[in-house]
Amino acid sequence: MEATVVPLPLPALPEGWEAENNFKAVGKITKEGATQRTIEPVGPYFLAHARRARHKRTFSEDDRIQAQERAKKVEDNDDSEISEPEDPMMLQRDAKDWKSQDHYKVLGLSKYRYKATEEQIKRAHRKKVLKHHPDKKAAAGRADDDNFFKCIQKATEVLLDPTKRRQFDSVDEEADVEPPTKKQLANGKFYKLWGAVFKSEARFSKKRGVVEDVENFYNFWYNFDSWRTFEYLDEDVPDDNENRDQKRHMERKNANARKKKKAEDNARLRKLLDDCSAGDERIKRFRQEASAAKNKKRLEREAAEKQAAEDARLKKEAEAKAAKEAEEKAKSDRDAAKKAKEAAKNAVKKNKRVLRGSVKDANYFASGDASAATIDAVLGDVELVQAKIDPDEIAALAAKLNGLTVADEIKSVWKGEVERLVAAGKLKEGEAKSLAA
Amino acid sequence: MSDNGSKAGPEPSERTAIGITFGNSNSSIAYLVDDKAEVIANEDGDRQIPTILSYVDGDEYYGQQAKNFLVRNPKNTVAYFRDFLGKEFKSIDPTHNHASAHPQESGETVSFTLKDKEGEEAEPSTLPVSEIATRYLRRLVGSASEYLGKKVTSAVITVPTNFNEKQKAALVAAAAAADLEVLQVISDPVAAVLAYDARPEAKIEDKIVVVADLGGTRSDVAVVASRGGMYTILATVHDYEFAGVALDKVLMDHFAKEFMKKNSGASDPRENAKSLAKLRLEAEATKRALSLGTNASFSVESLADGIDFASTINRLRYETIARTVFEGINRLVDSALKKAGLDVLDVDEVVLSGGTSHTPRIAANFGYIFPQNTRILAPSTEVTAINPSELGARGAALQASLIQDYEAEDINQSTHAAVTTVPHVTNAIGVISVNEAGEEVFVPVVPPETAVPARRTVHVSAPNGGDVLVKVVEGNTHIKVTKPEPKVKENGDSKAAKVEDADDSDEDDSDFSDDDEEEEEKREKVWKIGSTLAEAAVKGVKKNGKVEVSITVNSDLSVLVTAREVGGKGGVRGTLSSA
Repeated sequence: MEATVVPLPLPALPEGWEAENNFKAVGKITKEGATQRTIEPVGPYFLAHARRARHKRTFSEDDRIQAQERAKKVEDNDDSEISEPEDPMMLQRDAKDWKSQDHYKVLGLSKYRYKATEEQIKRAHRKKVLKHHPDKKAAAGRADDDNFFKCIQKATEVLLDPTKRRQFDSVDEEADVEPPTKKQLANGKFYKLWGAVFKSEARFSKKRGVVEDVENFYNFWYNFDSWRTFEYLDEDVPDDNENRDQKRHMERKNANARKKKKAEDNARLRKLLDDCSAGDERIKRFRQEASAAKNKKRLEREAAEKQAAEDARLKKEAEAKAAKEAEEKAKSDRDAAKKAKEAAKNAVKKNKRVLRGSVKDANYFASGDASAATIDAVLGDVELVQAKIDPDEIAALAAKLNGLTVADEIKSVWKGEVERLVAAGKLKEGEAKSLAA
Repeated sequence: MSDNGSKAGPEPSERTAIGITFGNSNSSIAYLVDDKAEVIANEDGDRQIPTILSYVDGDEYYGQQAKNFLVRNPKNTVAYFRDFLGKEFKSIDPTHNHASAHPQESGETVSFTLKDKEGEEAEPSTLPVSEIATRYLRRLVGSASEYLGKKVTSAVITVPTNFNEKQKAALVAAAAAADLEVLQVISDPVAAVLAYDARPEAKIEDKIVVVADLGGTRSDVAVVASRGGMYTILATVHDYEFAGVALDKVLMDHFAKEFMKKNSGASDPRENAKSLAKLRLEAEATKRALSLGTNASFSVESLADGIDFASTINRLRYETIARTVFEGINRLVDSALKKAGLDVLDVDEVVLSGGTSHTPRIAANFGYIFPQNTRILAPSTEVTAINPSELGARGAALQASLIQDYEAEDINQSTHAAVTTVPHVTNAIGVISVNEAGEEVFVPVVPPETAVPARRTVHVSAPNGGDVLVKVVEGNTHIKVTKPEPKVKENGDSKAAKVEDADDSDEDDSDFSDDDEEEEEKREKVWKIGSTLAEAAVKGVKKNGKVEVSITVNSDLSVLVTAREVGGKGGVRGTLSSA
């Protein structure tokens, strides 16, 4: 409350009034001097009271804090934020060419773009109008210079109309953030770089909110609900009534172009996401984890199968080896037996030759030249003995006879042999008498 | 303020908050447009929307349309149900529901049986009063949403001061069921004061305001201490006799008699329910017309026995036949002041609120009760006065806009008793100055009934300059009555007038006696100097200078006094510790 003015004067200080610091406390307000009552919690002054009471502020503290807050608000209203240098090329723009102009830049809001509030746009417009009003130019001697002013008006018209602004924002390439290149990503900063891209893409979202986990993030973006439209890029439809066919043709063409651009935009976003998710470590990790879980069983089964096959193979090999060995052994045994038999045969042949040789050496037990009959009979008896005894006995006999040259000795050996055979019952008495004589 | 149950309200940034006056007879909705509260008209173009619901063939009607069904479809029309919210059957007054659906007891609450579904054989449903309130509020909010073009989520609702916690809770629950967050429940008189104080030209000053909230079925008078924009209700009185329907009744009786006089042999229209309903509707319309013009017509087709009736009445006649009601309202104001322990001289403003306040006679009567310098804020006495029917809704809308940016929790905490219940100083605190006669007089700085902590500053002149004494004292008022000098009366009937005056209470100067020539005793408010609190010296004040005295009473009743020359440096500063 402001101070009220009391017209009646204060009394003069009485003579002899003395006090420390010119102040004398005399009484006090007693508890009885106050009633507990309830203030109605209504109105701005009560709010101030509640603020003071709850924050335990005194009047002067609260005044100061409130003053600071008000001061801050004034600062907010300051339009220093809308002070971008004006591009001289932009100032030369033709207002007729408004479709290609950057409305935000015209109003000096290029750092805000789709984020600019209506309030900011209005303030920016006012500021620009004050500066570029054609009347001011006329005052400076440049009459009819209202080109940029028209640009400003057009920019404001577009940006203050929510529909038109959306159309413009849809095709505002300046607000796009290019997806990072591989080279940029090589420095790390994956999330920061892609984050900027998606933040800029998110301006087309019909839904507002924050996507927290990775899976939802990609789901959200793959199912992105976009309000982006491409009407702004439409070709002008002639609005004269003369050629309706032409008009309809243009409208169809525009509609198709819009549809095509929308599809392209969706494809672009999809590509963007594919690129991003391809480089996303988290996705890679998820994939690995998922595939690891899925493949675990299969791998186990495969390993078991492999083991079983290996075992079977080893067993088969072992069996084959054993069989081969057995066969080889049998063969070698057979060979050996054959050789032994041949050797024995040879030995028998040799011994037989020795036996025959011995009788020859003994000159067939005849003195002088032996007749053919004698020779025949002796050799026939040798043959007989040979046939009656087995190879071992032949060998033993041969060993006995070998080296003997004296006919008597040879004859006695033979004689002994025949007698042995007769005793054994192998030869009958009288047989081989040429040897036994 | 009570919380809105388990359901979480909308975020502060998503709120659209309106102000609602949910009256027993009429309701209003208001919204703040460019810092100015505007009362919203519903689909029918009404700003005062009758608190009535009616069901015809399963269709729901509300407001004026429903009111019109009181004649043809009274059984399925429910009116005057607001006061039943949160009350038991045994404590309700069903008088006004005689001509519409009757309230019934159902457990803890009150209910109505209505046929609210389509079809001849459809079973009537028994609806608790809370459901009726929900349905009605839904319609109100629907109208507001449609008007504003956005969904209304939250509201501040005004209720009479004698609404207890249970009734408030029932109201909040009914609103919640209608998908409406109740930001705060505020009292009617304070909403009215706020509506006046929020006007840009209003100056915030310390004043005592009497709010006469005169409605359809009830009249409430509250004495409010407005101290630095904070309001404390000092006393309230409630009355269910002297209200709008009483005035309707007077007119109904008048016209019924006239009807029978004109049509001898015709039956009394008050005997027949349908005739009575017609009579009531037209009487109300005539009453409204009489608030605006000095003459009003009354015409009902087929009032009774198929006989049409048309008549006129002038305001004087109306005021004569309704005199008892007007006097009753005057007595209400008296008793409220008595309850607050105040005199009419203490009252700075009288705010007339509620539909019945349109009646010029009531405002004029208040003009007689209160002294000349008391402002009577009614349409007939003050051209800048706000429409009394809209005060509550406007105040509620202002309050809604003030608090809609806060979290519900924040609002709860700020309206908690720990914040709202504070000591109020009983005596005024002021400084001594000298009047022309050289006597010491008390200059109030902190008026009585000021909530602490409070800070007030005055500039006191010091025409002679030099050293001055700032003496801080307590003070209080008393009413000084000066008997008039006995005057020789030539008029013969002065004696009779004197007798009549003696019969009346002293300040009530018999509103309807036209002979006012009798000299009254003179009554004035005088400040008495009480105990001294502190003395301070301001030295070397310039000639024709001014001394600024600032008194701050802290919440613990300690007092900080500072005194300095305006524009000067330094000054004197001292504290009085609390007792």
